[in-house]
Amino acid sequence: MSGMSKIVKTISNIAFPFVLIYGLYIIAHGHLTPGGGFQGGAVVASGCAMILVSYGSIWTMKKVKEKQLSILESAGAVSFIVLGFLGLVYGSIFFNNYLVGNDYLFGEVPAIKSTLANFNTAGILPLMNFAVGLKVIAGLFAIVLVMAYATSKKKGEIE
Amino acid sequence: MIYQIPFIAVAGLILIGLYAVIFKRNLIKIVIGITLIESGVNLFLITLGYRQGSLAPIFTGNPNVDKAMSLPVPQALTLTSIVIGVAVLALMLSLIIHIYRHYGTLDVKKLAKKEADEE
Amino acid sequence: MNFFESLLTHSPALIVAVPLLGAFLTPLISKINDKIRNAFVVFIVGLTGVLISMLSYDVLMNNKMHNYVFGGDSALIMPASGESFAVRIIFAVDGLNAFMIIIGAILAFVGVIYSWHFMKEHTGLDKYYTLVLLMIAGMLGMMLTGDMFNFFVFLEITSISSCALIAFYTNKGKSVLAGFKYIVISTIGALFILFAIALLYGQYNALNMAVLANSIQFNTFTDKIALVLLISGLGMKAGIVPMHMWLPDSYGQAPSSVTLILIGTTQAGLYALFRMVFTVFGRHITSPIELTIAGNNILAGTNLNSIVGIILVVLAILTMIIGVMMALKESDFKRMIAFAAVAEIGYMVLAIGAAFFTLSPSEITIEGVQVTFYSFSQAGQMAIKGGLFHIINDALDIGLLFLVAGAIYYVTKETSLNKLGGLARNMKFTTIFFIIGLLAVSGMPPMNGFASKLLIYESIYLINPILAIVAILCSILLLATFVKVLHSVFLGPKIPKFDEVKEVPASMLIGMGLIAIVIIFFGLFPNLILENIVQPAADALMNYSAYIGGSLL
Repeated sequence: MSGMSKIVKTISNIAFPFVLIYGLYIIAHGHLTPGGGFQGGAVVASGCAMILVSYGSIWTMKKVKEKQLSILESAGAVSFIVLGFLGLVYGSIFFNNYLVGNDYLFGEVPAIKSTLANFNTAGILPLMNFAVGLKVIAGLFAIVLVMAYATSKKKGEIE
Repeated sequence: MIYQIPFIAVAGLILIGLYAVIFKRNLIKIVIGITLIESGVNLFLITLGYRQGSLAPIFTGNPNVDKAMSLPVPQALTLTSIVIGVAVLALMLSLIIHIYRHYGTLDVKKLAKKEADEE
Repeated sequence: MNFFESLLTHSPALIVAVPLLGAFLTPLISKINDKIRNAFVVFIVGLTGVLISMLSYDVLMNNKMHNYVFGGDSALIMPASGESFAVRIIFAVDGLNAFMIIIGAILAFVGVIYSWHFMKEHTGLDKYYTLVLLMIAGMLGMMLTGDMFNFFVFLEITSISSCALIAFYTNKGKSVLAGFKYIVISTIGALFILFAIALLYGQYNALNMAVLANSIQFNTFTDKIALVLLISGLGMKAGIVPMHMWLPDSYGQAPSSVTLILIGTTQAGLYALFRMVFTVFGRHITSPIELTIAGNNILAGTNLNSIVGIILVVLAILTMIIGVMMALKESDFKRMIAFAAVAEIGYMVLAIGAAFFTLSPSEITIEGVQVTFYSFSQAGQMAIKGGLFHIINDALDIGLLFLVAGAIYYVTKETSLNKLGGLARNMKFTTIFFIIGLLAVSGMPPMNGFASKLLIYESIYLINPILAIVAILCSILLLATFVKVLHSVFLGPKIPKFDEVKEVPASMLIGMGLIAIVIIFFGLFPNLILENIVQPAADALMNYSAYIGGSLL
């Protein structure tokens, strides 16, 4: 599909970083507030879909090749499973939370019935949130991009 | 009575969705029917976790920290179900694009006739 | 020894995690080379097969259960108030699970080897192998899990990846339409199952199958609704009439190596049906049912097991008859084998349903507490053993027939029986494999179909003679159908268009040969298989308290 007018392109250029920051905030604080990997990834993907609608699918397909999205998606998925396997190596059971109680990365344990939200807690959960968020961003954006590009081709022109 | 309204809504959504899947002839309307059934089941899962007068299950700086909290497990189950619903919806819509490109129509009866004529 | 023992302890999780890791690594590896990707996929599936054989050998020979708790030491957490909740996801492997994952291992390994040469000239192969590995991971997860919601998640993983594989030939309109029909029926069935799981969770606050089996009391209306929804949702996945519409379309339009693994997922749905009815609702399967209309109890004197038994037997008879009748009049090779697969599912459900009639409760008192056991009669136990043995035999036989149909399609690009003919002179090995599959499906000695079908006929005859006569008739009609196919495809005069066809490539012959060797081995030594593999599975199925005790400790 072709893009929209100059006003729409300018406004979506301005709005896109805010959507990106908001989505990344939701992904990063998944262990404290409602949110997490999928919800934040869906917000960022809808921001990318806004760019797709305002610039047109043919231009976006030239700039963002589908193979790069596929590599990003596989990287997110592989890091999720590798975090599970590392639980087998460092703890002694699959998906064990081995980072709880150490000093350098997400290791504090909050006291019972404490009421303060501490970002430095909850072990491997924020890392898994990042992995899932990356996969969801790449996956949803690839779905919307390919579907928009496919409907712009006429019958018999599939490449 | 006001605490029964979500369950009535669940029954209504599932029945309307089943009606759309069974009796409608356009493929897109069948997909919408499946989405309605799935929304009904998700609403049922979320409603199970509510306790009367409870807070959200988050640790914040709230002074009345001794009130009850709603159950967090049904919220995780509903989130998983929503993600599965998104994936199934994307797959069904991609298949509809292919079907339209091949046959030129989205009506169930005409599709059955065209498929039988192909042999 | 320490490495092997720790590998055995972690094997329930590794059996699902290794294909999942392989599925996520395949798009990255396939950018290097094609042959490396194929070898990587075969290596992953082979590693999974080795782990499966280790685990099932330990479970079946030593008769103990393996439990694996994800993320902690035990499934129970005990907060300061003293009560304990079971919160973590567990994989509980007893005899029946070990029996099912053997089937999954054989089908997955042969399917991947067969598709090395079968899919060589197609594009989009990196997505094909990713989806095949995802489907294998989902199928094995369905067979191993002990948690209800985890079962639903693996069910949806399997159905999404198999729908994308059924619609793999996107240049043909029929394949895409078959994929669409499959995903609509599969999603509605899965949503019914999720509704039933939500009902049981809201009532008992437990998602673990053993905890649910321990605490279900069958006296409210929502429990009965949950049982009905579970049976219909799982019946949609297993292909019982009247929910069988998707089976001929999807088995017929998918690539043949994918159909082989699809058979495994259908059997996993059937396994879940048995697990729900026998174990999760097991304590109340003999409780009396009452239905009061205008003050009188019109169902006085009947128990739940008779009603469930009648429903399963009627559906099974319908499945067998409809499957065989539709197979007789088909003219497409793969659709005919798919209808035969529908009929074979009817055999399994008939055996289990007829065994339900012979249940009899008995009350004994242990330490002052009255405990109700139920026990099957001799004929019922034989029927359960026959039904379970028939699961693995049917998967192998129908799988071999589908592989032969795939070989014919690879060589001649035709699937209609009217256009094929006289191929036996050029394709000798394929003809021999087809004859082996034909004899096995219709229950002729010395193949494995004879052993399991004989057990089913004998036990059903003791329960009700008419059912056995219907079963034998359907078997004879299946034999007639496939002899007609043998004559029209392989024997007969040569068609000039197919004059220079050669034999199929090596990897497809190796795949078909592996299954044929297993079929003949099962047929020549059925007692070995019955004592060592089927008997522990049947014991685990009939004894629900062993499942509860074994996985809550």
